[in-house]
Amino acid sequence: MKELSLNILDIAMNSVKAEADTVKITLAETDESFEMSISDNGCGMKEDFLKTVTDPFSTTRTTRKVGMGIPFLKLAAEQTGGSFSIKSKHKSEYPDAHGTVTRAVFNKNSIDFTPLGDIVSTLVTLIQGSPDIHWVFVHTCPRGEVSLDTDELKAVLGDVPLDNTEVIIWIKGYLEEAYAEMA
Amino acid sequence: MKSLAELAAIKEKMQNKVVMREGSEDIRVVVGMATCGIAAGARPVLNAFVEEVDKEGLSGKVMVTQTGCIGICQYEPVVEVFEAGKEKVTYVKMTAEKAKEVVEKHLKGGNVVAEYTISNS
Repeated sequence: MKELSLNILDIAMNSVKAEADTVKITLAETDESFEMSISDNGCGMKEDFLKTVTDPFSTTRTTRKVGMGIPFLKLAAEQTGGSFSIKSKHKSEYPDAHGTVTRAVFNKNSIDFTPLGDIVSTLVTLIQGSPDIHWVFVHTCPRGEVSLDTDELKAVLGDVPLDNTEVIIWIKGYLEEAYAEMA
Repeated sequence: MKSLAELAAIKEKMQNKVVMREGSEDIRVVVGMATCGIAAGARPVLNAFVEEVDKEGLSGKVMVTQTGCIGICQYEPVVEVFEAGKEKVTYVKMTAEKAKEVVEKHLKGGNVVAEYTISNS
């Protein structure tokens, strides 16, 4: 993956497939580190499966929904001297509190740090593809914060769906402006 | 700064249209967005389709959706076009520029851009 925002898109797609109804993407940046976490209330993974998700070669056809995505992110974080973790609770064992949290920490000053890239496109792609999910995005950095909560947009939009093209283009413009103001 | 008031204006404008439009799209554009697609550049392709369909005024006619891996990862980004009564068209190794061309020539003009289809690669 050329940009971390592509890893974020890829990992969040797992939340979509896990049938989460809320997905929270949190980016927390300092001058030295970049931390991302994607948490969802999807079906979660059983312990046996969870142990294998970071290994691309243990993936079988039936577990294809994870495949290379998680190993890619783990590698991207660890090659900067950072860390990676994934925690999950499967719905069969935790019927009231299931879901997955994927977290990666990067050392920004490492030569192997992949820049975040076009995070706005990632968010727009996720919302366009899964407008029924409650998406929460927060990006904090030393210069300020950019955030988006699709429930707030839905409160204004009423019956008009989030994947309406004009709405999608508005969201894109809104986020681009928020980032431009922070820069 | 963009405000929620603008969003409310979009709502006002759309409310009448939505009732009419729902489920009436004739053409469905499906972009593969699994790890293979994303790594190969599917994100700008999807966004180009969304924006160009809007720009060309095709929103009522064309629906742009996403799917997972369809099994031909070496040809990603892959885009399938489904149209009622016609054979499925599969575009391969797509880019945002090619997407613009497909919107103009195929979705708007009705002519398949043969050079980007799987049978020509």
